[in-house]
Amino acid sequence: MLCSDGKKKLSFCGSIKDGDLVIVYEKRDVMKAVKVCETSVLQNRFGVFKHSDWIGKPFGSKVLSNKGGFVYLLAPTPELWTLVLSHRTQILYIADISFLITYLEIVPGSLVLESGTGSGSLTTSLARAVAPTGHVYTFDFHQQRAASAREDFQSTGVGSVVTVGVRDIQGEGFPDEYSGLADSVFLDLPQPWLAILSAGKMLKQDGTLCSFSPCIEQVQRTCEALKSNFRDIRTFEVLLRTFEVHEGKMDSCQGNEGLSVGSPPCKRRQRSSEGSTVQDSSSSPTIKARPCADARGHTGYLTFSRLKCLS
Amino acid sequence: MSQNNIQSNSIQNPRVTWEGCSVLLDINDGDRLVFARLTAGSTLKIGSKNFSLRPLIGCPFGSSFQIENGTEGLCLCRFVPSTEVDNNDQEKGGSQIMEECRDNRAIVDNNEAQTLTSGDIDEMRRQGVKGDEIIEALIANSATYEKKTTFSQEKYRIKKQKKYAPRVLLRRPSARSICEAYFKKYPHRIGFLRVDALSLLLSLANVTANSDILLVDMVGGLLTGAVAERLGAGTGYVCNTYLGSTPYPVEIVRTFNFDNEICKRIVRAPLRDLCLEQTGTSEIIDASNAELNGQTSSINMEEMSLPSNHEAVDSETIISPQSKMGKPPKAGEKASEEAIKSWKENGFSSLIIAAPDADAWSLAKDLLPLLSYSAPFAIYHQYLQPLATCMHNLQQGKMAIGLQISEPWLREYQVLPSRTHPLMQMSAFGGYILSGTKICSSS
Repeated sequence: MLCSDGKKKLSFCGSIKDGDLVIVYEKRDVMKAVKVCETSVLQNRFGVFKHSDWIGKPFGSKVLSNKGGFVYLLAPTPELWTLVLSHRTQILYIADISFLITYLEIVPGSLVLESGTGSGSLTTSLARAVAPTGHVYTFDFHQQRAASAREDFQSTGVGSVVTVGVRDIQGEGFPDEYSGLADSVFLDLPQPWLAILSAGKMLKQDGTLCSFSPCIEQVQRTCEALKSNFRDIRTFEVLLRTFEVHEGKMDSCQGNEGLSVGSPPCKRRQRSSEGSTVQDSSSSPTIKARPCADARGHTGYLTFSRLKCLS
Repeated sequence: MSQNNIQSNSIQNPRVTWEGCSVLLDINDGDRLVFARLTAGSTLKIGSKNFSLRPLIGCPFGSSFQIENGTEGLCLCRFVPSTEVDNNDQEKGGSQIMEECRDNRAIVDNNEAQTLTSGDIDEMRRQGVKGDEIIEALIANSATYEKKTTFSQEKYRIKKQKKYAPRVLLRRPSARSICEAYFKKYPHRIGFLRVDALSLLLSLANVTANSDILLVDMVGGLLTGAVAERLGAGTGYVCNTYLGSTPYPVEIVRTFNFDNEICKRIVRAPLRDLCLEQTGTSEIIDASNAELNGQTSSINMEEMSLPSNHEAVDSETIISPQSKMGKPPKAGEKASEEAIKSWKENGFSSLIIAAPDADAWSLAKDLLPLLSYSAPFAIYHQYLQPLATCMHNLQQGKMAIGLQISEPWLREYQVLPSRTHPLMQMSAFGGYILSGTKICSSS
């Protein structure tokens, strides 16, 4: 997933090899991560796909099944990974992830502490942000979950910049060896206020902290705990509204030919030669956008703060 | 560009200021935000007086300053906050507010509550009384202070502190702080790109070290700087492309404290050079280009005067042997033929367009072919319709999959004991983003 050196960078546009991780794309919400293995097959509602047919094709290719069905094979990115990973816990999604990485000012070379690891959705994006010279130390108190996360990080190719530890951060705090070394700390814990003191010890001066909590009561207690050693304490909620786009006729009152969805492709050429659309706007298809009916209404509150500078 | 010149010791994240570095000064908790360059001669105007910024050189980012009476008169002095939580404060916090029985029934707005006159205060100032002491005097002489609720007492104190003992917080310029400062002060200069929308662009376009990112930055250089910050000093490039012969201005890049290694990674190339079949850049070099690139337009926020010689900035860093005439590389040089050749062969690893006034589809149809297969892209626009049309055309042309238009929504909260609620004012609009992944259409 990471382009950790000049040579590997080209693998992005290069071809699919035996052992690669690919994202099999059926449609927007139907995707799956598959490890390419010369002898195996992928079976889905479109038929049987032989991995051996995939090898040598560029990422982004459309591949066919025995029945003529097709899927696309994409190179993994943290965004795609978030959509396909196996949920062992509630995970963070792109709006929160992207915002908190910018807000924590995480850049290549940063040392980041995270707890808990959970399903590793955020960790993968943190890894991308700190690579190639930084590192993410992530902790989960659940032995098995930590082990699964470790395996995932190897298979997605971020293993070199992520270390998974088994530790109860609320109970024990972060390990002393990172004392004063962390650029940023991220907490996704049921009782984050218990880890604030330790997080403060880990951070460099002016280092950034973010705590993610679904409930406002958690935020309340966390903010109280932050008051003594942190400044710039700010709490946000970030959400996304998505849109659907349709092409259809906008009939003026008299016409009654019914709305056609999915217009003939020739219409596209007309539109690009601009001006032709203006004339009979009553019957020509128009492109319309509206918000999708369903949306994620709440994920969690993000509380940010910076360690006070005392020396 | 195949060389791997990552320097593990390159410090991208300096924590202490130096002479010539760019800083963001936050005066009175965000009331005023000023970008400045720390030189011996630079000053900051607070009230009616100019204060030298020299005391800020060599201080950690995140430290605070207050005006104090020094040996040479009034000057900015480091102010270290206490960590020990005010025990009073702590205890008051939860319990007392619950039991708050005071209210505003006894407060009469007749302007007679304060017995100190402005003449008295001026006199105190002339005698060199500290700001904090003036505040205490104001409180002692206020007939209504004791009748106020704890919350409004605090508000009163903060209001007086801002006036009589203003504080300056030294912030590090980063994509976050620069975006927030511009969004607050001059949103039109950055195409109303809110920090959450900027963050989404960076994630959706998979910006990471060692990748080659193609940009159309018509938001003053904020996007270029934010991408370069994520790219670091590896082998990747952020390549700014433009229509015609004049690059879009990217002066915000200079607000970031990028070292030479990162500046070298920020390049520009006209679209025609990237699209031309033959290798080699077009020979047309117009004078306006060179001028634009060389010009040292200062980013003036508020009345701040910036010393615009950025040689001062670069003098700290090592002069690269490649640079001509011993001058360190500037951000936004013309892309080398070698780099352009490599992009033609391999494609860019992703694309971000932030062109508030351009048509999304006409840019996308020219730029998407320059990407490698499976490359993600993200297009920002203030209006929905151009993105809807672009999305439709990409779908019809089978150029991309995973297409989605999203609109970020960001709400900040006031969190206080028993007084938690969303802020009364919020930004209602953060723009729209169309994202997707380019596919290989040849099969």
